[in-house]
Order: sequence, then structure tokens, then C-alpha cells
Amino acid sequence: MLNDFMVRATLAGMGIAAASAPLGCFVVWRRMAYFGEATAHAAVLGVALALALSAPVLPAVILASLAMALTVVLLRGHGYAMDTLLGVMAHTALAAGMVAVSLNTNARLDLMAFLFGDILAVTPGDLAVIWGGGILVIGLVAWHWSDLLVSTLNPDLARAAGVDPAKAELWLTLALALVVAVAIKVVGVLLIAAMLVIPAAAARPLARTPEAMALGAGAIGAAAALGGLYAAYWFDTPAGPSIVCAASVIFVLTTLARSVARHR
Amino acid sequence: MTADAGTPVIETQGLGVRVGGRTVLQDVSMAVAANEIVTIVGPNGSGKSTFLRALIGAVPLSAGRMQRLPGLRIGYVPQKLSIDAALPITVRRFLSLPRRVTDSVAGEALARAGVPELGKAQMADLSGGQFQRVLLARAILERPQLLLLDEATQGLDQPGAAAFYQRIEEVRRELGCAIIMVSHDLHVVMAASDRVLCINGHICCEGTPEVVADAPEYRALFGTGTKGTLALYRHQHSHSHDADCAHDHQPGVS
Repeated sequence: MLNDFMVRATLAGMGIAAASAPLGCFVVWRRMAYFGEATAHAAVLGVALALALSAPVLPAVILASLAMALTVVLLRGHGYAMDTLLGVMAHTALAAGMVAVSLNTNARLDLMAFLFGDILAVTPGDLAVIWGGGILVIGLVAWHWSDLLVSTLNPDLARAAGVDPAKAELWLTLALALVVAVAIKVVGVLLIAAMLVIPAAAARPLARTPEAMALGAGAIGAAAALGGLYAAYWFDTPAGPSIVCAASVIFVLTTLARSVARHR
Repeated sequence: MTADAGTPVIETQGLGVRVGGRTVLQDVSMAVAANEIVTIVGPNGSGKSTFLRALIGAVPLSAGRMQRLPGLRIGYVPQKLSIDAALPITVRRFLSLPRRVTDSVAGEALARAGVPELGKAQMADLSGGQFQRVLLARAILERPQLLLLDEATQGLDQPGAAAFYQRIEEVRRELGCAIIMVSHDLHVVMAASDRVLCINGHICCEGTPEVVADAPEYRALFGTGTKGTLALYRHQHSHSHDADCAHDHQPGVS
């Protein structure tokens, strides 16, 4: 069964949808969409360095993403507004990564795959990484769910209840770096943030509790992966962007459904 | 279980806090016992909120020390809590964060805070007064020995604030907890407190509301002019000294 590339692609898409759903909710609740973007862009630098040094890509990507995320957390509140800081760092990482790769002619083609993803070329080994990483991320977020939630609502409220919000944020950052690393093969660096934000945002109008929103985001992400993949298959469009487009269509539908329900 | 009236629930000695290289608080020594309501007043930026945050352990001390009863249960109502519209959460779910509580505990806390019917409501749909009461319910869930309120009536109108303080008074009576609150509603607060701490980077003056209202340090901060509502209020109730009230009244009032 795993011999069929469409089956493997579908399983990969589902894995990413599941892993990014609960995390994506926090990205939306904490207004970290740009933070996710910066973390993903740092992955390009990781890829470039790995290719230049002939080192394994996955650990390099995790390290680069983590380094970016931690740097942003450390620099926060030191002079620049958060969005300025992220704008500088995200685009610097992206540009520097592309420059670094261009110096190594053999790697140029590879970089395209990392920028836009290549879900149809997912191997059984990739699948193991995606699902292994995905389960790790879900476990991490589920384990700290309540602490993360109360820290998101208000850091002082968390502290008064004996929860360390800085520690909770660190777990979230780690999970984000992991998701970026495992999703890079599926949707590519440029669209990872979309897979975090769009399914979560699409699930918002349907949910009354945080848990329902996370589950809804997972279901919507999976539906988008399935729809996008088959659309790509029939219309011969690139798979990663097609998945993101499918998620956007669902977002528009749930948002419309909400406003119709409100006006009735 | 509540502490004996004499034993302080929380005590600070020479407490100092620095934030970003600036000394925000220095040499703050105070103790609060069970069943006592202490109010902290002071101008903007005087370190009132920082003091509360130091008490819950949210900011590190740069000097002095703090002693709490072992295993002290703290309830905290933060100064500002805005829940992002993107986060769907019911009042009931909110009460179960970070630790799950049973329906009966949640229902009891809501009833005590005066909003028994709100369990199923979305936090984002609550009015200002309802929101503050839900925060109060959350703070008293675990029957705290110490309740900290940071300008809990911000955004409430006068009757709303008065009703809120009445609730606090009832909570104190029912739970026997110590209460420390920061407030701007000077005249209401003074009436509802056992002791007042006037802070401006350090403790300017402290004592019963009457003592503080007459203290020169307090007058220097809040004046006796139109902004010194409290001073005026207290003067009218305790004794009269027209010399101090020689400021402009509104035309036609006097």
C-alpha cells in the first residue's frame, strides 16, 4: 500500500495536519503567525548549511529553527517592536539561506524542493519522520496543554497558579521548530505558516472550547490535505500550494457560515 | 484551614524590586493577617502592581525577603485580562485552568462571586462587570488564604464597583482569607478596608483609612483639591476644617 505515491502523500498530509492543528491554535491565540513564519524561514538557512556541509538536513533544520525562535524570544522587548524584529530576522534568514545555497551550484535544485515542498516524492522514510515528529509534537502540546492555555490567557494568572509561563513558552517554541522541520518536505518553507494558521482560523467559528478548536483544526487540515492533493492530481497543479488553497476555501466557507448564522 | 488572626499570611521585609535597571520599589515591609483587608493606593507608576506581582512571584526581588505561610493558597485577579477573540472558551472551562475542578466547586465559586448562571457563557461575550466577577470566581475556586486584586474594578461604573467591593467583603467573611487590593476608587476602597498602604516607590504612610487620609504624605500625593475626593469625603465624615477645603467648588454647588 505504501508503494503508491498518492497513498504516501495522503498519509504525509494527514500527519502534518494532525501535528500542526493544536500548535496552530496557539499560534493564532498568541498572535504568533509571524513568529511561525520566521521560524520556518530560518529553516532555509539550516537547509543551506546542511547542503554546504553535506550534513543531514533534518537536524540542521531543527537547530536553525530553534535558534531563530530562541533568539527572537531573547531579543523581545529590547528596543524594537516585535513585528519589526521578526521582519528583519525572518527575511534575513531567508535571503542568507538562498545566497548560501547559490554558492553551491549542486544544491540549487534541491532548494526549490525545500521552498515549495515535494509531497509527491515522500518516501516511507520521510513518512516515518513526519509521523514520528508529529506524534512527538502532539504529545508535547497535549502534555503541557493546560499550562500553555493559562499562560496564553495571562502570564501573571499562570504564575499565581504555580505555572511558569516562560517554561510553557519554551515548550511551544520547541514544538514549533519540530513542526517546521517535519513539514518542510510536505508544503515547503514558504507555506508552513499557512498550515499552522489557516486550519486553526477556519475552525474558530465552529468551536466553543479550545479543545474543540484544536480538533476542528485537525479535521479541517486533513480535509484540506486530501482535497488539495487530489485537486493537484487532477489539475496537475503543485501539491503544496493546492493544499493551502483548499484550506483557504474551507476558511472562507466556515467564516461565511458563521456570519450567515449570526444574521439569521 | 485559616491561619490564626495573629500569624501573618504573607510578610515582606525590606522588599525591593528593580525592573530594567530602575528601582521601582524599595524597603517595603508589611504583613497581612487572615481576615484582614489591606488596600494599596498610590499614584500611577508608583509600583502598586509591581508589588502585587512580586507577592505572587512574577517579578524577582532585588532586595529584602518575603515570607509566606507554607503551602499558601493564593487567588489572584490581574489588572488587565483581555481574551483574544480567536480563543473560544466557556466560563466553565476557564475555571478549570490550569487545574480541573468539579462542577460543584465551580458552581459554588460562581455563586459566591454573584454570577451563578454564567457557566455556559463564552468569556468573550461577558460584560465588564460579569467578566470581573468571573475572574473573582476563578480566584476563590481553591478557597485561597490570600486574595490579591489588582484594580479589579477598572472599567466598572460606580454602582458596579461598589457592588463588587461588597462581594469581596462577603468573600472575606465566608472564606476568612486575607485580602490585598490595589485600587483607584479611593473613596469606596477606604470605606471597605481595614488598613491602607500608601505607596510611591516606598511606603509613604500606612494605617487605618482615617489615619492615612489625614497623613501629610498622602495629601502631598493626592492633594485636597478636586482630585482628592477621598480627603474631601473623609473630612466630611470625620471632622471639619474649612481651611483645607478652601479650594474651588463647582459654581453653584456651595
